[in-house]
Amino acid sequence: MDTREKDIEKLKDYKYGFTTDIENIKAPKGLNEDVIKFISNIKKEPQWMLDFRLKAYERLKLLKEPNWQKPKYPKIDYQDLYYYSAPKSMKDKPKSLDELDPKLLETYKKLGIPLQEQARLNGIAVDAVFDSVSVATTFKGELTKHGIIFCSMSEAIQKHPDLVKKYLGTVIPVTDHFFATLNSAVFTDGSFVYIPEGVKCPMELSTYFRINASETGQFERTLIIADKRSYVSYLEGCTAPMRDENQLHAANVELIALDDAEIKYSTVQNWYPGDENGKGGIYNFVTKRGLCKGKNSKISWTQVETGSAITWKYPSCILKGDNSIGEFYSIAITNNHQKADTGTKMIHLGKNTKSKIISKGISAGFSDMTYRGLVDINSKAKNSSNYTQCDSLLMGNKCGAHTVPYIKNKNFDSNIAHEATTSKISEEQLHYCQQRGLNPEEAVGLIVNGFCKEVLQQLPMEFAVEAQKLVGISLEGSVG
Amino acid sequence: MSEQLQSDFSKIVKTSKFSNEEIQLKKNFLNNFIKKGFPNRKQEDWKFLDISQIIKKSISDLSFFNDYSQSNKIDPSIFVNDLEHNKIIFINGRIEKIDFNFEDQNKIEIIDETEKDISFDYENSLIDLNSAFTDKVFKILIKKNYSLKKPLIIYHSTNDKLKSTNINLRLDFELGENSCLKLIDYFANNTAKNFINIFYNFNLEKDSILKNYKIDKLRNDNLKYSFNNIEQGNNSISETFILSAGSDYFKNEINCNLNGEYSSAFINGIFSLKENQQHEIRTTINHLVENTKSYQLIKSVLGKNSKSAYQGRIFVNSKAQKTDGYQLSKAILLDETSEFNAKPELEIYADDVKCSHGSASGSLDENSIFYLMSRGLNYQQSKDLLINGFLMDVVEKITDVEIKNLITNIIGLKQ
Repeated sequence: MDTREKDIEKLKDYKYGFTTDIENIKAPKGLNEDVIKFISNIKKEPQWMLDFRLKAYERLKLLKEPNWQKPKYPKIDYQDLYYYSAPKSMKDKPKSLDELDPKLLETYKKLGIPLQEQARLNGIAVDAVFDSVSVATTFKGELTKHGIIFCSMSEAIQKHPDLVKKYLGTVIPVTDHFFATLNSAVFTDGSFVYIPEGVKCPMELSTYFRINASETGQFERTLIIADKRSYVSYLEGCTAPMRDENQLHAANVELIALDDAEIKYSTVQNWYPGDENGKGGIYNFVTKRGLCKGKNSKISWTQVETGSAITWKYPSCILKGDNSIGEFYSIAITNNHQKADTGTKMIHLGKNTKSKIISKGISAGFSDMTYRGLVDINSKAKNSSNYTQCDSLLMGNKCGAHTVPYIKNKNFDSNIAHEATTSKISEEQLHYCQQRGLNPEEAVGLIVNGFCKEVLQQLPMEFAVEAQKLVGISLEGSVG
Repeated sequence: MSEQLQSDFSKIVKTSKFSNEEIQLKKNFLNNFIKKGFPNRKQEDWKFLDISQIIKKSISDLSFFNDYSQSNKIDPSIFVNDLEHNKIIFINGRIEKIDFNFEDQNKIEIIDETEKDISFDYENSLIDLNSAFTDKVFKILIKKNYSLKKPLIIYHSTNDKLKSTNINLRLDFELGENSCLKLIDYFANNTAKNFINIFYNFNLEKDSILKNYKIDKLRNDNLKYSFNNIEQGNNSISETFILSAGSDYFKNEINCNLNGEYSSAFINGIFSLKENQQHEIRTTINHLVENTKSYQLIKSVLGKNSKSAYQGRIFVNSKAQKTDGYQLSKAILLDETSEFNAKPELEIYADDVKCSHGSASGSLDENSIFYLMSRGLNYQQSKDLLINGFLMDVVEKITDVEIKNLITNIIGLKQ
């Protein structure tokens, strides 16, 4: 086989494994005050934003990387990373899609992102992120009509500084843990959503992330604010090109729901997980936190995690408003040498708050999967309740599945129920399916999809189909 | 604290008859403990109840010296009456009496083995403390094919000479093939504010059965820590029951290694706590080979200002196929100020296993109370009846009928 063929062979393993040649503007390597000033300067940020970053950086110097997690990883040299890179064509911001770099458009096409006509047909407004800078935002008109702000973070800082100033860092303060603080110091871009009072967002908002340049840590920052009586459903999906070096992704996502508002946040994460031997792959260390600030508010997280070499995230809900509701639905699949340590935190502060956690973990190959969750009912959270269910499925005896729930009940009016099971696909089930004409792989796919059904149901239509396929693809080759 | 430890240690060396080797070994343990200090909440296993803080708060003048050269008078009023039994009596941490009157003396051997090192890996600094300051270490050996006719009760008591002192005691048990031991730990502590650190080592050979019942019922303001290390051979069974109700602070830790096929471990526990009590049970069950089984049931009833914690860990090795592991913890919170914490943990590396855990906590069910009151009971009676049923569930798991009745009476439950 010649080299070319070999390359093609390699690409086949990973559906989205390609990179686009676009010259990048890079900040100098390393992390210091100058780099932060460089980022802030190139994005033409106001002084208060720079102060925010520098404050985070000061704090960061005092922090140590956490190391209590289950999946260990080689030490990251933070001075050896680029903290800013942008596609060159971004120098002068394009006014319309036609002005975009054709190569960029092609990349999106390969990924199947409905940027132009497809977007309209699917009814999705896309704020596509290529590396670190938002490239295009569609459906602006429709959204503006409702008074909805859906733009990149950098644009929001310029155009809506009051909102950003008021809410940025209120859920994930600059003084949070190491990776969140790192993000606060060096974040490049992300999405900003504001739904005004009484507005129900007419479409699903969606961002596709894409990591492109090698050695670029991606530091996205997303802020979603749902004002009183509003509703929004937000989709996030990720794919990344094939790379040998490990890439760090430390995003921060903040959600704020005011009185009677509801936010639904769905993620399908399919970043490069490394090859069969565990080489390469993305480190996905994301901080996601939602604050149910107002009465009767609701935040719902749904995630399908199939990619990344290491996934380490706990989308959380702080239920501060009375009668607020937090939900967490998760499917995490690890295969080969992937590792995941994921779960949620439900912190009940208000009265009559409710939360529900459904977590499904599937591990195959040599992978390791941990559910780690916290349910904390405060002494003032009268009449609150939580229900947690976490099930794990093991395929083969080289992998591991772990459950580490922390349960704290400080209120006698409140109820917490927790259940967890670990099992494998039974021979009987497999036999039954095969008897009816399915091959073993199809049978496993069917059973696994059934196992995950409760979570898949929570996804919006467009995502559900993709996610179901993804579940099948992720487990390919693990049966035998 | 380090200076006090050193000086108390040298006092112990003076008053005891340890050999030079023993002293050297103990010194190593002492140095380990000085290095580590009391465990605190930064350590994962001590997250919920921080013993270093609790000791600081309730015993500010803790002394580590305890004169083992003086014998103490045995107060017969502490004995359990309605059950014929063998006795080991600890007073102030000193063994005053070992009495196996009901047994065949040839089948039981008591060995002095003070100089022994610890045979397993541990991080727990309280074991270092125990090993440094413990007096005599006896090993009780039950010979092959012998089942004790009567249960053995170990009395843990202190008299009023003792105050603000750390007591360390240790016993090793070796159960030979096809033997059986029923062991009751009975806590009858009268004096105040001592920190009692107990370490038991069990080795269960093939087909042997161990039943250990820990009864801490009488209200006292001592702090206690108990660590059981259980090694199990083929087809052996261990049953542990913990009644955790008397002391101000009590942490029971059980580490169980299922080394032999078809071995099984059962742990049942009751927390019944009131004013300012803080209790914890932490279990680690290591399923290391095929076809092993474990079952855990822990129930809490929590009154005013009390706090209970349960940390249960089931570990399944990749070789340990066909493991069956189960864990259930339930809590009833009776007051606004009560608190329940749980961390039921599963760590599984084998695929053909059946492991599950459940945890539930909340207040008494209003509907059930309504039902009982509509049938003529008053509010308090209905509440008592529900709690009675809730706890009876755990007591029912005790396999020995005589001991079950004894414990039912001690707790004051109705059948």
